[in-house]
Amino acid sequence: MAGSVWIICETQGESLAPLALELAAAARRIGGPVVAVGCGGAFSRAAAELGAHGVATLVEVGGCEGHLQGGLIAAAVVEAISQLGTPVAILAGQTYTGRDALAHLSVLLSAPVLGSAVNVSVDGDTVVAENVIFGGERVVSSAVEAGKVALIGVRAKSFSPDPVAEPISPAVVTVTASPDAPAYRSRVVSSRSEEHAGPKLDEAAVVVAGGRGLGAQENYAAVEELSGLLGGAPGASRAIVDAGWVPYAYQVGQTGKTVKPDVYIAIGISGATQHMVGMKGSKAIIAINKDPEAPIFRIADLGVVGDAQKILPRLIEAIKRRR
Amino acid sequence: MKIVALVKQIPDQAAPQALDPDSLRLVRAGKMIIDDSDSYGVEASLQVAEKLAAEVSVVSMAPNQETAGVRTALAMGAASAIVVSDDQLAGADALLTARVLAAAVVRTGAELVVAATESTDGYTGTVPAQVAALLGWPALTFAKEMQVDGGTVRIKRQTEDGFEEVEAELPAVVSVTAGSVVPRYPSFKGIMGAKNKPVELLTLGDLGIAAEVGERVTGVRDAEARAAGEVFEDDGSAEERIVAFLEGIKVL
Ligand SMILES: Cc1cc2nc3c(=O)[nH]c(=O)nc-3n(C[C@H](O)[C@H](O)[C@H](O)COP(=O)(O)OP(=O)(O)OC[C@H]3O[C@@H](n4cnc5c(N)ncnc54)[C@H](O)[C@@H]3O)c2cc1C
Repeated sequence: MAGSVWIICETQGESLAPLALELAAAARRIGGPVVAVGCGGAFSRAAAELGAHGVATLVEVGGCEGHLQGGLIAAAVVEAISQLGTPVAILAGQTYTGRDALAHLSVLLSAPVLGSAVNVSVDGDTVVAENVIFGGERVVSSAVEAGKVALIGVRAKSFSPDPVAEPISPAVVTVTASPDAPAYRSRVVSSRSEEHAGPKLDEAAVVVAGGRGLGAQENYAAVEELSGLLGGAPGASRAIVDAGWVPYAYQVGQTGKTVKPDVYIAIGISGATQHMVGMKGSKAIIAINKDPEAPIFRIADLGVVGDAQKILPRLIEAIKRRR
Repeated sequence: MKIVALVKQIPDQAAPQALDPDSLRLVRAGKMIIDDSDSYGVEASLQVAEKLAAEVSVVSMAPNQETAGVRTALAMGAASAIVVSDDQLAGADALLTARVLAAAVVRTGAELVVAATESTDGYTGTVPAQVAALLGWPALTFAKEMQVDGGTVRIKRQTEDGFEEVEAELPAVVSVTAGSVVPRYPSFKGIMGAKNKPVELLTLGDLGIAAEVGERVTGVRDAEARAAGEVFEDDGSAEERIVAFLEGIKVL
């Protein structure tokens, strides 16, 4: 499709969030050239990496520091459009900042948001996005009316990073949001990481996740021990995040992380549709649940009907014995 | 001060969900209830209102002048409600929904709008920030804690790896996550009182909004199913099977 495709890139500490390169791959399915928009030094320093994934232009947003980025990026995109022209699509991650940015853009550009996309394509002169509903059982395609910018929220791990044969040395444009952007009135006072030491939940090869079936907060220690033994990351269902047993950063699912490890071990998790969308792409799934009718067994490669509190200690011992 | 809690009324999620084969929209028939996610927004609003001697109004867009879910919010303690219903709103997308809600908020004169982060049945997750952008107010999204004092709202906002503390002067829009507060159960007195609380019914015409929708569903198909594997009962040696499985896929 003729016309530029823009991607909104987030950073994690000193590096680009992995989703940025996935967005670059998705953007090239729609058209090009690809324009990347982002805040801060870590974004600017990723120019070569983005160029290697087909990004032709970097739009650096000035003055993000200390404010919520989503609204500011959106306002800056409007400024950048007046310099670079209107794109056919703008992609962001289905993340907190990504959703904020798309929501603001939707109002500023009077265009709809197609959220939770797992695939994008072009049909004639419209952009089509696919998202999954009912816990991944059905795939819905939605199109944007012609003449509107397609604003698409892309779920993590829906696309693989796809370096280009001939890396580009991107042009760099700096823009600043209009001074009356409401996002300037938000102040980020502090930020804190609650991630587990060890591999990141959404990058680990093994994820051991616990749910309400663990019975009590103190039993989560066994989930952490098992994930540690397997060199993995511990995860959780929303039920135990809401209960305050573990921080939100551990949550897997529709409103948490999307994970695709080599093996996902679900312990005392029923398999609600909102949980399954976040983990059903795992290569292998093991489930331990005392209810033989638990929905999680419908997607598990190995399902154990039994009491997690009895099986977990034995499993931990068995793995330790192998060493 | 006035606080608006945005409330979506949805079919009981315990009932199985389906798509209408013609319109490819979610079938929204049967008994409607307050979206569970929104009960957190209502509770969070009431807690702020109680501290500041403020008043909570509920704003809802709903088919067929539905008020059952709104009455739950009134029974919890909200003082009044606006329900916007219009046949032209069938199939409204998130942006049109936000336009309707923002216009209704303006009528209330509220300085703080509290919403859930996303609805249980649609989960676009953009409406609160769209409402904020339409009002020209800062959007403090994904709050797991909210406090208001001296005209400043402070939240703990979820981030991909933890949380951040964010603040803004009112007016502002805040979206709260489930688990941010414990929603109260309506008391018997509350339920009886809710019957007499004012509920204003409005149409699109009353708000001066045209029903423009920028997206359409073009198809639905079954996802590739993931086949179930082997399920067995633990006989006291399940760990051996699990270890063998992990060895088989070279994790051990
Ligand atoms: C808008 C929205 C978004 C959501 N997003 C998410 C999300 O991102 N992630 C998510 O996980 N959820 C999400 N949910 C919540 C989801 O619907 C479920 O409520 C949640 O996943 C249930 O968590 P659970 O499986 O731990 O608890 P439950 O559903 O209560 O299941 C507990 C399971 O443990 C089993 N069990 C009990 N005792 C034992 C024992 N001794 N040994 C073994 N098994 C036992 C039971 O048989 C049961 O299957 C969302 C919901 C909504 C409405």
